[in-house]
Amino acid sequence: MAEKILMKGNEAVAEAAIRAGCRLYFAYPITPQSELIEYMAKMMPKVDGVFVQAESEVAAINMVYGASGTGRRVMTSSSSPGISLKMEGISYIAGANLPAVIVNVQRGGPGLGDIQPAQGDYFQATKGGGHGDYRLIVLAPSTVQEFADMADLAFDLADKYRNPVMILSDGLLGQMMEPVEFKPSKTKEEMEALDKQHYDWCMYPNEDEPNHHHHEINSLEIDPLILEQHVIKLGKKYDKIEKNEIRYEEYNISDENEVVVVAFGTAARIAKSAIDQLQEEGTSIGMIRPITVWPYPYEAISNVLHEKVRKVVVCELNLGQMVEDVKLAVNGKLPVEFLGKVGGILFTPDEIKAKILGTEGE
Amino acid sequence: MEIIAQRPKSLTDLQFTYCPGCTHGISHRLIAEAMDELDMRNNMMGVAPVGCSVFAYKFFDCDMAEAAHGRAPALATGMKRSRPNMHVFTYQGDGDLAAIGTAEIIHAANRGEHITVFFVNNAIYGMTGGQMAPTTLPGMKTSTSPYGRDEKDIGYPIKVCELLSSLVAPYFIERVSLLSPQDIMKAKKVVKKALQFNKEERGFTFVEFVSTCPTNWGLAPIDAMKWAKENMLPFFPLGNYRDKSVEGGK
Ligand SMILES: Cc1ncc(C[n+]2csc(CCOP(=O)(O)OP(=O)(O)O)c2C)c(N)n1
Ligand code: SF4
Ligand SMILES: [Mg+2]
Repeated sequence: MAEKILMKGNEAVAEAAIRAGCRLYFAYPITPQSELIEYMAKMMPKVDGVFVQAESEVAAINMVYGASGTGRRVMTSSSSPGISLKMEGISYIAGANLPAVIVNVQRGGPGLGDIQPAQGDYFQATKGGGHGDYRLIVLAPSTVQEFADMADLAFDLADKYRNPVMILSDGLLGQMMEPVEFKPSKTKEEMEALDKQHYDWCMYPNEDEPNHHHHEINSLEIDPLILEQHVIKLGKKYDKIEKNEIRYEEYNISDENEVVVVAFGTAARIAKSAIDQLQEEGTSIGMIRPITVWPYPYEAISNVLHEKVRKVVVCELNLGQMVEDVKLAVNGKLPVEFLGKVGGILFTPDEIKAKILGTEGE
Repeated sequence: MEIIAQRPKSLTDLQFTYCPGCTHGISHRLIAEAMDELDMRNNMMGVAPVGCSVFAYKFFDCDMAEAAHGRAPALATGMKRSRPNMHVFTYQGDGDLAAIGTAEIIHAANRGEHITVFFVNNAIYGMTGGQMAPTTLPGMKTSTSPYGRDEKDIGYPIKVCELLSSLVAPYFIERVSLLSPQDIMKAKKVVKKALQFNKEERGFTFVEFVSTCPTNWGLAPIDAMKWAKENMLPFFPLGNYRDKSVEGGK
């Protein structure tokens, strides 16, 4: 087994991306993701990779757009205010059917907000953010190990579906250190295969068509009937992703559950402590932790609402965003309660326990 | 029968979407001819802007990307860095390059990206129907400066060649015009020079075309050229602003 290395989440995801074959990275500094851009600045030259500190997040995502159009693995990262600036480019990338990986190390908002962990970008990540009918595949890690593992997964999904993938992390996961075990780096042969995998559509003449090459990377279809077909085709791709790629964790789920908690990312970490304590005290609580927040595990939630379950509790580091999806999943069968924290402040396990037991304020 | 003129290989056989008398078609042709002559087409990737030339990605017969408004130099950066053995150019209007894309062009130039930027200055937003551009002349009437551009209110036109030539990195910067057959012949030489430098990986190269928009200026094509000569050239002087290939080059 590979050795475990103690690392910050921001550095771990960068290292894992390089091992996954990413040799192109474009970004702009922002707290709390700066360790990520700094790690890339240090490591990319050592692996013959490209690192460019862009003049803005707008430029960075458009560099990603250009590089992705040439068929190679490319990544950018930022934190909430910078992700807002990337929305234009993300919409174009989605419209042009391009793979790309975007890491959001979320901080408190709206506006400049603060630099503490938050989950206020859930709507932006999962419901649009940029213009037009498009979907991002959104992965939400809850440990440093998972954050790192998601780099590999994100590139694979991006390439498989020719779709942008976002890793929706937060300032806590970015900044905290945990032991991480890395997958081995791609071999030379694997790297060569990656380089060629998109030759059928990407810009870049190759041995198949050495004398004439005209591939178009484009999201424009001025004829409404053609755009209609283009968007319908995107929709079919999203249907396929919803069918194949839903991921979630079941935690302490059993017939004995009195309450089911739904939480993702850092909020789920804290909820686990609360659930463990309650279990010791004799109360059985289960949790569904969405790992993909789009596509969303609606069925996974509705399937565990066993007879004894009295209610569903949703914990998020925002004013209540994912709770809307949980309500869709529960579909009025049970009460759905919400516990939120904002401003970059975390809840304690005790606060979650009180919400579950209905003893808050006592 | 001897063929004495034909469509350059670097253009597809699609019909241009430009208005009659528009100079976009001329600049396309000059670039394509130079690409042919320098045998660059098979290793070329271009970036089309948002503007009247938005369909340039269909017209140039090489690999092409269609950028978001103003972002072409950022795309080009990503493309060139990703595939350094390829040649990369952008083609951009004045609204695209000198308004919404100001940051992208300045920083691509400042990094000395190994790309060629073709800049079409027609002093107006052609595509959206004739609004004021960052290059619209003082006093010039457009649909969003209906009383004439008031430089006290909205500032003077931006001289992009002059602005970029304040940077150290760019290798070649020149302003040409497309306002007469002689000017077009001269422009061709400059386009070819820029692409030659591109091919030789010398650095960032930039060619501005002083162009016309007969439709939105409300002038017949020949009158538009005359108007541009009389009004644009005094403000946008033709000539070389940077050439590091000559000794003591600016
Ligand atoms: C983000 C964004 N803002 C505005 C527009 C609308 N728009 C399209 S073309 C254009 C101006 C183009 O003018 P210019 O770059 O001078 O090109 P020309 O048509 O004159 O060749 C504008 C404002 C857009 N497509 N995208
Ligand atoms: S509107 Fe102006 S710039 Fe656009 S195609 Fe017509 S003449 Fe050319
Ligand atoms: Mg214009």
